[in-house]
Amino acid sequence: MSTPLLQTTDLQLAFGAVVVADHINFSLARGERLAVIGQNGAGKTTFINICTGLIRPQGGSVHFDGEDVTRLSPRVIASRGMVRSFQLPQLFSEHTVRDCVRLAAAGKSGRLGLWTPLAQAVSKDAVDSVLEMVGLAARGDALSAALPEGQRKLLDIAMALVLEPKLLILDEPTSGVSTDEKHGLMATIMRALDAQKVTAIFVEHDVDIVSQYATRVAAWIAGRIAADGTPEQVLADLEVRKNVIGE
Amino acid sequence: MTKPKIAVIALVLLALLLPLALPWIKTPLILGTAFGIAALGISILIVSGQISFGHALFVCGSGYAVAFAARQWPDLDSVLLLALGAGVGALLGVVVGSFVVRYRGIFFGMLNLALSMVLFAALGKFFTLTGGTDGLRLERSPFFGLTMARDQYESVLLVTCVVLALLLGWLVQRYLRSVAGQALAALKSNETRLEYVGISAYQTLWIGYIMSAALCGLSGAMFAIAQGLVTPEMGYWVRSGEIVFVAILGGVGHPVGAFIGAGIFEFVKLFAAAYLTGAWQMVLGFVLIGMVFLAPRGVSALLEPRSSLPIDNEQERP
Repeated sequence: MSTPLLQTTDLQLAFGAVVVADHINFSLARGERLAVIGQNGAGKTTFINICTGLIRPQGGSVHFDGEDVTRLSPRVIASRGMVRSFQLPQLFSEHTVRDCVRLAAAGKSGRLGLWTPLAQAVSKDAVDSVLEMVGLAARGDALSAALPEGQRKLLDIAMALVLEPKLLILDEPTSGVSTDEKHGLMATIMRALDAQKVTAIFVEHDVDIVSQYATRVAAWIAGRIAADGTPEQVLADLEVRKNVIGE
Repeated sequence: MTKPKIAVIALVLLALLLPLALPWIKTPLILGTAFGIAALGISILIVSGQISFGHALFVCGSGYAVAFAARQWPDLDSVLLLALGAGVGALLGVVVGSFVVRYRGIFFGMLNLALSMVLFAALGKFFTLTGGTDGLRLERSPFFGLTMARDQYESVLLVTCVVLALLLGWLVQRYLRSVAGQALAALKSNETRLEYVGISAYQTLWIGYIMSAALCGLSGAMFAIAQGLVTPEMGYWVRSGEIVFVAILGGVGHPVGAFIGAGIFEFVKLFAAAYLTGAWQMVLGFVLIGMVFLAPRGVSALLEPRSSLPIDNEQERP
């Protein structure tokens, strides 16, 4: 196996007395579907924020695709292929669904053209196929702010997918979505990931979803990885059952 | 034909035909057009969600650059003076923008204001160079290579200003539809996400800032050659406020808004000054209050199909 796609070495971060990253050593191989589980405040989102450059760690390093990205900005890291979606959808609320995806597609090239209209500056096929993948093709002209929450999540993910990432990090893709819709949403996301052969990390609370869609699970407890392995192993782990699943 | 297009044609006809009946109105029309071009610049920033209370800096800075040039080289053509104004505005925008665009909201607005007041104070103090608070006079320069009498000069200047306004309105519209322009609008709703899709918020706003500064610079050159005089007053913060007022009054949804706003502003100023001497600001105040209640997106928004997007201070009514 070649170098890991994502590798963190001895990551440390504390907010005052609260340790949110406690010497995290972690690596992710290409093709994995990692579910990150853990209670609120265990440091899951902070881990994502450090990896994607939003927060700088107090110690340790992050390597992506063999290169040190620890001190780079989210913009540069995104352009290298590590892209995230958000727990609360982060959309351009005054743009239509299609324009949100177009803007993201324009970001992929990194050029800020002053002349060509946005609609013509990006590949129509790329935008359409991503909208198709997440099932929003029919809502292209709707204002992004007008979508229901489940579709807002999908649009958020579409904006990440159109960047053709090597690694997609999904922060709680099913939170705020009703139980009935969760599996449909995850199935849609997974189909899209399969279509682009994207390695993925997703933060998730629902054990059913984790065991169904993940190839590997990492459980966060108080800023450290308490268990890491196949879904069967981790979900059977005593410490995880007690502290994360709450039995 | 869409309503904004009809408004554009109506404004152009008004600006070109009105002086035939009322020759004295040429100067107010030129100044109004110049104001509109400055407001067009401010409207670019408003699209990004930022308001500058100091853009008179660029109007004034370019005005003085034009005055210095015209005094140094009296044969310099007015066309070149206009180009110089836009160029100096853009250059100032590059420098000032390089650090101002790191700030947002009230900090952005006040930092701009502070810088414009530094220029205002400096122009007043260095009177050997700048003529102090009396400002600098400039002689009428040739236009398109011809030396003209005042009346003819104003006619040519008016037509030139109107043509420039049309051209710049179209260019700004084109820019706002481009990747850079759409990114500018996205900056307003979600800057974090903009960075996360790989677009630099700093670059996006800097480009918009330079454009707005260049437009204000051109406007300053128009003021300078139309009045034959530049004073530090051109850079006073009240003037910056007036540009913002005009932009908001007209609305930023369509470039024509800036010129509708400028038209209303000049009209109110002229007639209120004639009939309510000393109280024209009060009339403007009432106009603004009326706008907030009746057309919070500006006059030009009344011309466009109603958007389904509610804005912050406009609740959906039952």
